[in-house]
Amino acid sequence: MPSMPAPLPLPAQGPRFLVVVDAAHGGSDTGARIGDGVLEKDITLGIAARLRSTLHARGIDVVTIRTADVNLLAVDRAQTANHAQGAACLTIHATATGSGVHLYTSSLTPTTNARFMPWQTAQSAYVTQSLKLESEIDSALAHAEIPVSLGRASVAPMDSMTCAEVAVEMAPLVGGHVTGAKPVTDVSYQKQVVDAVAAALEQWRSDWRQ
Amino acid sequence: MVSKAQKYLFFLMLLVCVTMAAFLIRLRNRAQDRLQEQAMSAPAEIAEAATSAPKTVTLYVPNDLDDSLTAVERKISLPGDRNAQARVILESLVEAYRAPDSTHPMEVASGIDDVYFLSVPQGQDTTGGGGQIAVVDLSGALATAQPSGIEPETLTLLSMMATLHANLPAVTQVHFLVDGQPRETLAGHADLTRTYLASEVDRPSAAVPGGGL
Repeated sequence: MPSMPAPLPLPAQGPRFLVVVDAAHGGSDTGARIGDGVLEKDITLGIAARLRSTLHARGIDVVTIRTADVNLLAVDRAQTANHAQGAACLTIHATATGSGVHLYTSSLTPTTNARFMPWQTAQSAYVTQSLKLESEIDSALAHAEIPVSLGRASVAPMDSMTCAEVAVEMAPLVGGHVTGAKPVTDVSYQKQVVDAVAAALEQWRSDWRQ
Repeated sequence: MVSKAQKYLFFLMLLVCVTMAAFLIRLRNRAQDRLQEQAMSAPAEIAEAATSAPKTVTLYVPNDLDDSLTAVERKISLPGDRNAQARVILESLVEAYRAPDSTHPMEVASGIDDVYFLSVPQGQDTTGGGGQIAVVDLSGALATAQPSGIEPETLTLLSMMATLHANLPAVTQVHFLVDGQPRETLAGHADLTRTYLASEVDRPSAAVPGGGL
């Protein structure tokens, strides 16, 4: 009886590249008031949906934490993000002040990863990775000629996330030599920012394990 | 039947009670006089300090457009009391926020209710001893007037921390309250539940005398 050939060994699979996108605020937490009757929670939801479809089009899997106008606790957002084990976590914000895009990473002091991390400071083991991701997004936005400012901040639930986490805050575009003035609600401006962030995440796909 | 000895004991104890009551009343009156004297002399001290020669203080004024802090020197009269000094310095900073050409505009009349100091607990003090936590009690009006967003809220906190640390170097940590109560965020973003390290705020080195205000 002919013997069955030995099964071919399965190719070694690394961790899946997945992006977690969180539209900040929602429900009774309206966030900032941007212009007449426009609320931050609605802007962030729109940008998150646009980013999700742009990333899907580039073949990147996405988990969206908030998909409707609902209240979500910071602890639940962090739990969902940590459970998804994303290679990148982005929290989308919008504001009426400043210019361009503000990128924020956690202000925690970087530490090494331990088996158990305190919930309030879990991000400290990922700060170095978060700064690298921030740098990728910064380059992509600069390439798209969008002014960027970088900073460190303490904003919930950022400090409890166990992934490379960057808060992307979209501000109006102040008119300059290269750019014309555009409000946060401008769809073409939102698309420009989303495309740049998606390009950065595509680059991150080849860099994140280094 | 009450014995003679019991009668003597009763009157003796009554005498002791009356003497003690008189002594306590006298002590209370003395304490009252002392408090009244302090209350009368305090306004004089404050008035004296308020009219003292103006001192140069450094304010770190935020700029929303480039996410920066600019050091600005101002001469202001400071009271003698350290808590009041911190409050006056921070009120000058809030005054810069509401200036017509402000780079961090905020329409608020008065921003600081109180500032008080605590010693940094042993083991947390990275200065080798003597470090202080400044507890800044922001007014509800400031929290209401604060533009909402990660950048504007973070800049407000950073400018207050940098200003406190520059003028009162013993202040290494800062905790914020609003209307005397702990609060989750300043205006929806910046975390107020934690104590911040004031000594680690990145500040520009050059101070601009009177510039920008």
